[in-house]
Amino acid sequence: MSLLEVEDLAIHFGGVKAVDGVSFAVEAGEVFSIIGPNGAGKSTIFNLISRLYKPTRGKIMFDGRDITPLQAHEIAPLGLARTFQNIELFDHSTVLDNLLMGRHTHRSTNWVQDMLFVPAVRRAERAHRRKVEDVIEFLELEAYRDKLIAGLPYGVRKVVEIGRALAVGPKLILLDEPASGLSVEESQEVAYWIEDMRRDMGLTVLMVEHDMSLVTQVSDRVLAVANGQPLAQGSPAEVQSDPRVMAAYLGTEVYT
Amino acid sequence: MELIQLVIGGVASGCIYGLVALGFVLIYKATEGVNFAQGDMMMLGAFVALGLVNSDYGALAFVPGVILAAAIMGGVGYGIDRLVVRQIIGQPQFALVILTIALGFVLRFAAGTIWGFSPLVLETPFAGQHMEIAGIIIGYEDMVTIIVTALLTLLLWVFFGFTRIGLAAQAASQNQMAAYIVGVPVHRINSLIWGLSGVVSTIAGVLYASKGAIDPNIGLLGIKAFAAAVIGGFGSLPGALLGGILIGVVEPVAARYLPGGISQMSPYIIMLAVLVTRPNGLFAQIYAKKV
Repeated sequence: MSLLEVEDLAIHFGGVKAVDGVSFAVEAGEVFSIIGPNGAGKSTIFNLISRLYKPTRGKIMFDGRDITPLQAHEIAPLGLARTFQNIELFDHSTVLDNLLMGRHTHRSTNWVQDMLFVPAVRRAERAHRRKVEDVIEFLELEAYRDKLIAGLPYGVRKVVEIGRALAVGPKLILLDEPASGLSVEESQEVAYWIEDMRRDMGLTVLMVEHDMSLVTQVSDRVLAVANGQPLAQGSPAEVQSDPRVMAAYLGTEVYT
Repeated sequence: MELIQLVIGGVASGCIYGLVALGFVLIYKATEGVNFAQGDMMMLGAFVALGLVNSDYGALAFVPGVILAAAIMGGVGYGIDRLVVRQIIGQPQFALVILTIALGFVLRFAAGTIWGFSPLVLETPFAGQHMEIAGIIIGYEDMVTIIVTALLTLLLWVFFGFTRIGLAAQAASQNQMAAYIVGVPVHRINSLIWGLSGVVSTIAGVLYASKGAIDPNIGLLGIKAFAAAVIGGFGSLPGALLGGILIGVVEPVAARYLPGGISQMSPYIIMLAVLVTRPNGLFAQIYAKKV
């Protein structure tokens, strides 16, 4: 059984069919990328999976469970974390606090215990801090640990967001254009991290990305979408050479 | 000597403004909306406590009665958000302003219908008692007010700084979308904050009632508390409290030493002065609001 199964997913905003009949399955341990021109509905698919939008039609199964009826805040505890294309961080908090917020669903002490700071709370706090330090080390964020997000450069914020998603302790991580706005060196780093997430952390990665070199480098399989509809699916090379995909990107008509 | 006497009384009434201002700031921080019924929630809290404690009503012992009243008002605050405010999510800010002003009227007339519009006195165990230190007379109700406010502030500070719910509320106030995806139930947190604001208002109401008679119109004190919150920076809990104390102290001092009428205007004069010189308030935490 696949880790994530999306079946005939659709969402219509009035007459606009932003996503219309998209199906795909992500296997545990693979890197799966969704590509497509601007406005193809890639980020919308992500927002549907993280339940920020309610689908008009279709079903989303995660880890053998139908998550379509769940609410947005019920997704993270299942082990599904994500980043956003436009970076959604807690801007007036430090990097460390942002990452610790990722541990929210793992906190089990109640507010009275929290206020009295009982031993159980102290133990849990230390465990969370260790987990977050692992993430900081992995993403090389040591220098920014106590900096406020509001003052950080764009590239670092993108990394912090990946860090927060990792702090959630996910099985599946959704990366929404992790390389957009990054320099060549920075996106190369992202590529290494994605490799490591899969290999060392055993994560499954679902990614939306425009940078084709990154997609080709890290993806096992690729789904191309355009106008909310699936175009082609397969290995990066197969999808890139698909005439329908080329037509969608280059805008040429394909006569068959 | 006279001045010290005025300042002590001023700090005590300032604590009450400050607590109501805290109610404003709590809701503003969590939901970015202003609850203009805050003063009326204080009024209702005072009346609920009176209804439970006074001998011709519930006749409960004072402390359990007040705790029960705070719990009931917590439920009222939660319910207002859950059943009324949540219906207008996505509407312009102005809808919430009108809604909460209307809600204030509803609460005022509800209280008037139940307890009448003539002034009533809450029976407190410390009414009319005072102590004297070096020639300065301190009423027990003033002392209780100051101590309770200090404790409550400490409690709120620990709550927001260290508890899971408190941190989730801070997260939700900074970025709702991000809060959702790390697993924070933003709607429920908002309702809880409204409930907490109801609890704080009730305590403010009881402290207010311990100093004199109450009637359903005392909620208009909320306007002064609003000024206190603005002076403090509106996003800052300690700022709200200090803004309240500032107004509380200036009022009686101005009444004593300045021409008549200045005292009543003083909260708004201070508010204007602060807005002109430090538009973000004296203790602003949020320097630039995202558009």
